[in-house]
Amino acid sequence: MKNMVEIRWHGRGGQGAKTAALLLGEAAVNAGKYVQAFPEYGPERMGAPVAAYDRIADEEITIHSPVIAPNVVAVLDETLMDAIDVTKGLPANGTLIVNTPFDKAEVEKRFSWKGKVVVIDASKIAQATIGKPIPNTPMIGALLGATNLMPLQAFLDDTKKKLEKKFKTKPEVIEGNLKAISQAYEEVKK
Amino acid sequence: MEKTIVARTGNEAMAEAMRQINPDVCAAYPITPATEIMQIFSSFVNDGLVNTNLITVESEHSAMSACVGSAAAGARTMTATSSQGLIYMHEILFIAASLRLPIVMADVNRAISGPINIHCDHSDTMAERDSGWIQIFSENSQEAYDNMIQAIRIAERKDVSLPAMVTTDGFIISHGMERLETYPDAEVKKFIGEYNPPYNVLNLEKPITVGSIVLTDYYLEHKKAQHEAMKNAKKAILDIGKEFGKVFGKEYGFFEEYKTSDADYVLVCLGSTAGTTKAAIEELRQEGIKCGLIKIRMFRPFPAEELAAALKKCKGIVVLDRSEAMNTQAGPVATEIKAALYDAGIAKPMHNYIYGLGGREIYIEDIKNVFRNISKDTKGSNEVKYLGLKEA
Repeated sequence: MKNMVEIRWHGRGGQGAKTAALLLGEAAVNAGKYVQAFPEYGPERMGAPVAAYDRIADEEITIHSPVIAPNVVAVLDETLMDAIDVTKGLPANGTLIVNTPFDKAEVEKRFSWKGKVVVIDASKIAQATIGKPIPNTPMIGALLGATNLMPLQAFLDDTKKKLEKKFKTKPEVIEGNLKAISQAYEEVKK
Repeated sequence: MEKTIVARTGNEAMAEAMRQINPDVCAAYPITPATEIMQIFSSFVNDGLVNTNLITVESEHSAMSACVGSAAAGARTMTATSSQGLIYMHEILFIAASLRLPIVMADVNRAISGPINIHCDHSDTMAERDSGWIQIFSENSQEAYDNMIQAIRIAERKDVSLPAMVTTDGFIISHGMERLETYPDAEVKKFIGEYNPPYNVLNLEKPITVGSIVLTDYYLEHKKAQHEAMKNAKKAILDIGKEFGKVFGKEYGFFEEYKTSDADYVLVCLGSTAGTTKAAIEELRQEGIKCGLIKIRMFRPFPAEELAAALKKCKGIVVLDRSEAMNTQAGPVATEIKAALYDAGIAKPMHNYIYGLGGREIYIEDIKNVFRNISKDTKGSNEVKYLGLKEA
């Protein structure tokens, strides 16, 4: 597959790693891309480490095997980095995006990853904009800022449509999420 | 025709096809990883998007029994299941087929206990290969959607009148979201047409008995009639696959050939692994190994003559089986292919691998290795090998 981007999401059960993968995948389809988005199925418990994946390309993706060498790894919970090897399979030119209050130097020091690191305090952004520290939507914003996978506005429009269906009676949730995505995107772009 | 491009999982794609088909009756019982199909469909029922009479039952045995009853009453009938659910239907599957009831079922391929396992392999579908049902495999969500629509036509065609199951690979396809092109409701409705049942047990003008005893006098003739209907199904699958292509833009046949025209080595498999094989073939051809793929779509009836003809030119064949036949000789797919080649008078080196049982991952590298193996050893071996087995 030419120009295929593979993304691995790490999170803990309840943080929305699977939702992040599906939201991004669906938005990419609506932006004219071919995608696959799928979670890793194992024991599903609140707080347990979980993973989800995206494949995004300009042509049909026929591979139906797990992602083993992602171009981007997004970590929704930095405490996972002590428990599992989040950079497994990530090539030297890959990108590691971490939700953390620490700065880049601190993350680089604590973990042996020598490639590109993007840090974002997605939980803080989510708390401030949505009112809950659920980091998945701002993490997508950070990922779009770091990768140029698709235009921010296209993702915002698509997510808005989707959230409008789900949160008809809670416009503040919709506004909060869109704000969180934009804010994280801008912070990474800075 | 205006197609709508959406992002859907395999289960969502199958539920969407069911919404457009709008069957008269659905009887189902939930089981992972097929549960979502009926869960989504039941919301269509609740929201009034379909006119279906949804019957929730206490087991798959009852689900298929209810399907038999409703189909015998002349209703267009569908269901969905997987794994233990499918094999729990075993007894009634044969009855549905012998009563010539064109029930269409979505089956999400999953391993059979034991040990208990929820992940993909083809053991469930293969266990029902001799039940008299038409069996159609899908590589991805798009094919699952397209196959569901075609299955209605195939099953209901007068000279066929047999039940059909359409399968996807559990989790890999059922829970993986992909780009899907859907067709307008009106076009699907037009394509499948009105259902004119072969008989109707509720027709008081023409009372009949359904499911009566047939002993030494006519049981044999009954089975021969089913055999002939299966032969007719072959023709129906081609006709309807062609017509589907004309209307919706993608033609379907017994199997798909990928880069086989100049291939020295051809791999035969079913389902989602075919897609991974295509990617492996691209890479191997860069290395100079001329290889190709035959992806079997229709497993019942089995396209023996056509497969033998398609495999005639190559130097060696690899068959990947995602289930065990426990005959110690070959997996279910390889057994059929060997028989097909024997009948065609073709002797070819063949490597047969059992792979992916219980959801064991299959990677591009695994597939490249089996091609490399046969390119080095075209003698073939009668011994069935296991692919991706952990070293003891």
